[in-house]
Amino acid sequence: MTDVSVALGRRRWKRPPLIANPLLRWGLVVGGAVYLSFALGTTEVNWSRVWEGLPRGKQFLLAFAPPDFVSRWDDILDGLLESLWMTAVSTVIGIVISVPIALGAARNIAPLPVYYFCRAVIAVSRSFQEIILAIFFVKLFGFGPFAGVVTLSLATIGFFAKLLAEDIEDMDAAQAEAVRATGGGWFQWLNYGIQPQVLPRFIGLSLYRLDINLRESAVVGIVGGGGIGATLNTAFDRYEFDSAAAILIVIIAIVMGLEYTSGHVRRWVQ
Amino acid sequence: MPTQAKGGTRVWQRRERGRQLAIWAGWFFGTFIFLYCFKLISDKTIWFFVTDAGRQAADLGVRMVPPNWSYINELWEPLWDTINIATIGTLLAIVIAVPVAFLAARNTTPSVAVVRPIALLIIVASRSINALIWALLLVAIVGPGVFAGILAIALRSIGFVAKLLYEAIEEIDASQVEAVTATGAGRGQTLTYGIVPQILPAFAGITVFRWDINIRESTVVGLVGAGGIGLELNSQIMELSWTSVSVILLAIIATVVVSEWVSAKVRHAII
Repeated sequence: MTDVSVALGRRRWKRPPLIANPLLRWGLVVGGAVYLSFALGTTEVNWSRVWEGLPRGKQFLLAFAPPDFVSRWDDILDGLLESLWMTAVSTVIGIVISVPIALGAARNIAPLPVYYFCRAVIAVSRSFQEIILAIFFVKLFGFGPFAGVVTLSLATIGFFAKLLAEDIEDMDAAQAEAVRATGGGWFQWLNYGIQPQVLPRFIGLSLYRLDINLRESAVVGIVGGGGIGATLNTAFDRYEFDSAAAILIVIIAIVMGLEYTSGHVRRWVQ
Repeated sequence: MPTQAKGGTRVWQRRERGRQLAIWAGWFFGTFIFLYCFKLISDKTIWFFVTDAGRQAADLGVRMVPPNWSYINELWEPLWDTINIATIGTLLAIVIAVPVAFLAARNTTPSVAVVRPIALLIIVASRSINALIWALLLVAIVGPGVFAGILAIALRSIGFVAKLLYEAIEEIDASQVEAVTATGAGRGQTLTYGIVPQILPAFAGITVFRWDINIRESTVVGLVGAGGIGLELNSQIMELSWTSVSVILLAIIATVVVSEWVSAKVRHAII
């Protein structure tokens, strides 16, 4: 090896970097370092308060062993069931509204004005966090699960219509054309030419969104939108960490169960 | 091919009869569940408020315009905090997520039976809990402020980054790793020369993607007291100064659009 490297004038191999342009690479490094020093410099951390809170953090971790399912079980069950209903209803409403919007937002099947309109609807519903929407819907519709359902439905539209539209744009145009060539009408074209092509993705997305809506339904309650979030918020406010731990465990278990099931269903569909 | 006799001729139909019936039953059952859930929610709803919502929305709309533009000068600091929460939170998450991802990937984990399930549990626990809930918890523990927000964003991101990263690690080309091992490289060298170069583009993409999501999330962690522009939003809503609220909302949209643009540019450059 040494002989070779001598013969090559002691040239050593170096790993190729991720960013080929050295100016850009070092620029990013220096820029990042400058930004970080500023950011860390202006971030105020009240260390004495953090230090004070550490025993409480330990208390929270200890609350997991064992969590207290019993003393607030009625509240937990109530909140949880409400979350589940909200998830089911908002996912269905969101998807039902998303389908026509997705059809309109697919460039290959929609006329241009319709396309722009539907894309605008998607952009609007995607631009705000669920929580901010929830605050306003709670103002409009009053406290309770209805505001949560409206929030989650709206959030579903932005997500679902966008991804479904992208799938429709990726479909095989020949199949749809074949249906049209047999003299099928618009609905037949949709039902026999397009729908079978996007169905697996449709089901996968629905399950994924169901999963997201369940997780989100746990937080809209924090601002008054119903569901388990309200129970969780109360538990934290009262420092009842053992009940909070129980709620978190229940949420994690449901999400895991849903993920497992949806994995199976998706494999079965494809 | 499924067909049905209709007046002596066989007519094509899409599915066999049993399958069609099963699908109808599925729809029936699904509709039933939906209506039942809706009824339960409807019972808990005060419909007077819902029917009144249109008027309320119009009223709110009138109060929100014109935006109180001079208020924007008080927003620069919360906005800077928001961006810092997202960025430092993402960096912190990466530091923890990378080892977790290597422990969770089937081909790099030291022990499939013991270490991998633990790593997967960390990933699931972090992913199932929303940043806002983490923030709620951390505000109770470390006190209100930017620090709680950073930790909340970091804890939520660990699962996301680690999950996508470990999937990328599991999909690497094994022959490259084998080639490096064949030269007599140790474990560390195999990692740095065989595995890391293969996942680096995916890693950069995931990081930027998560940073983009974190910008959105960091705008709301303030609602429970964890710093950033959400804190400002909450206080302005409490004070009912709606003209300032509309400025905050516009500022949030602008930030989100810019971050989305940056992340799209970077990902485009990498992939």
